[in-house]
Amino acid sequence: MIGAITSLGRWVRESVSNVGFATRTFFALLGASGGLLRRPRLVTDQIHFIGNYSLVIIAVSGLFVGFVLGLQGYYTLNRYGSEEALGLLVALSLTRELGPVVTALLFAGRAGTSLTAEIGLMKAGEQLAAMEMMAVNPLERVIAPRFWAGVIAMPILAAIFSAVGVIGGYVVGVLMIGVDEGSFWSQMQAGVDVWKDIANGVIKSIVFGFAVTFTALYQGYEAQPTPEGVARATTRTVVIASLAVLWLDFLLTALMFS
Amino acid sequence: MPNLVEIHDLHFSYGTRPILSGIRMDFPRGKVVAVMGGSGSGKTTILRLIGGQLAAQKGRIVFDGQAVNPRDFTLMYEMRRKMGMLFQHGALFTDLTVYENVAFPLREHTRLPEELIRDLVLMKLHAVGLRNAAALKPSEISGGMARRVALARAVALDPQLIMYDEPFAGLDPISMGVAANLIRRLNDALGSTSIVVSHDVHETFLIADYVYFLSQGKIVAHGTPQQMLASDDPYVKQFVHAEADGPVPFHYPGRSLEEDLFRGVSQ
Repeated sequence: MIGAITSLGRWVRESVSNVGFATRTFFALLGASGGLLRRPRLVTDQIHFIGNYSLVIIAVSGLFVGFVLGLQGYYTLNRYGSEEALGLLVALSLTRELGPVVTALLFAGRAGTSLTAEIGLMKAGEQLAAMEMMAVNPLERVIAPRFWAGVIAMPILAAIFSAVGVIGGYVVGVLMIGVDEGSFWSQMQAGVDVWKDIANGVIKSIVFGFAVTFTALYQGYEAQPTPEGVARATTRTVVIASLAVLWLDFLLTALMFS
Repeated sequence: MPNLVEIHDLHFSYGTRPILSGIRMDFPRGKVVAVMGGSGSGKTTILRLIGGQLAAQKGRIVFDGQAVNPRDFTLMYEMRRKMGMLFQHGALFTDLTVYENVAFPLREHTRLPEELIRDLVLMKLHAVGLRNAAALKPSEISGGMARRVALARAVALDPQLIMYDEPFAGLDPISMGVAANLIRRLNDALGSTSIVVSHDVHETFLIADYVYFLSQGKIVAHGTPQQMLASDDPYVKQFVHAEADGPVPFHYPGRSLEEDLFRGVSQ
């Protein structure tokens, strides 16, 4: 009994300490970001790098999610004789929810793990320590460019996911099942609101970008500098980032659409 | 001030495990000073304390007349511009080429035009014999070559102090001789001060002006390499002549073999 209480106490203390340390690192990261204005190339290089990492998996996933939405949407709407609203259903599902959320989950699995492993291995190979000894702040030179690249890349990737998903829905709904093409596009045009639907989706993906990229970088930065430590940090990135995305999605949806 | 670095009554521990206790060292300008001792004796910790990557619990480190204060980031970054450090495995940036690795500190800390940076990098690489390897990635060069590239990078800004963490570890005899020669030559050419942390007696004694021996976090002997070779100190003798047993025991401290054999089963 006493052992269990001791373990619980230790867990609580470590959790509070970890949250505090992560918060401090986050603010230090924001403080170290000012220098990037003078060297935007560091960020654009990373956007190119991180975007390339995830583009294929996100485009392909978007296409398949669009296919499934087209099929499931048609069967459901057909029961009520509303299959012409298929375009609207596909577009709203993608822009409001699936685009930002699935993109963030895929991003955590693809680019997030890669970022954690990269930073963790840089730490294990003393590259970050070498940088510090060269009077170069690793937070400014290594972490901040990757962080802002992730934050910027996420909404772009989510937009690509949604656009490809709409094409997927169109292929299945219009080209394969035979839903009227005019209805598909006109219902979408009339029903999707730029601010309420698209802008809220973009805000969600930016928030997810913050959460996923910071989690990935922080886990790498704080990883034990051993192969086992880096492996654990990579696993933690996927678990923490995925849960954070789902929790934030619920929170943001409640705030935006309630 | 004749000493570039001075360490006064330094105490450092990881948690409750003491690493250094009451260390007093001087590193005179222009000299190559070796810090020697067995694994875990606290040699590398001294380098990290001088570089401000660790903070001592007690004592004072003075670099170029200023006290090292790891909590003052601005001061430390200013001090580190006058320092160069060679890490044990080179710590080269694996995503950059050899050329870009050496150019890194120049690009970060100077506003020199790219043509001048190119000339400086090629000169530094030429000094370590790797000018023609400039386009290679760290994964394409050997461990000894990586160490030399790291040395070129460490001296890119012509530092006053160059710290070497186990520069000979894992090198073949030829590379070891090349590395030792380079350390001495660069130190004299740049007029800097070098601290060499090593347990390789032969190569270190060839290039060092002065040697400190550490054991269990304390200085057990110090003097010139010749004085150390002639020393009667049991620890120095064991270390210099590579004897298996002596003040540093062969067996990890703990229960005796008899205790383990006769009582171990019942416990």
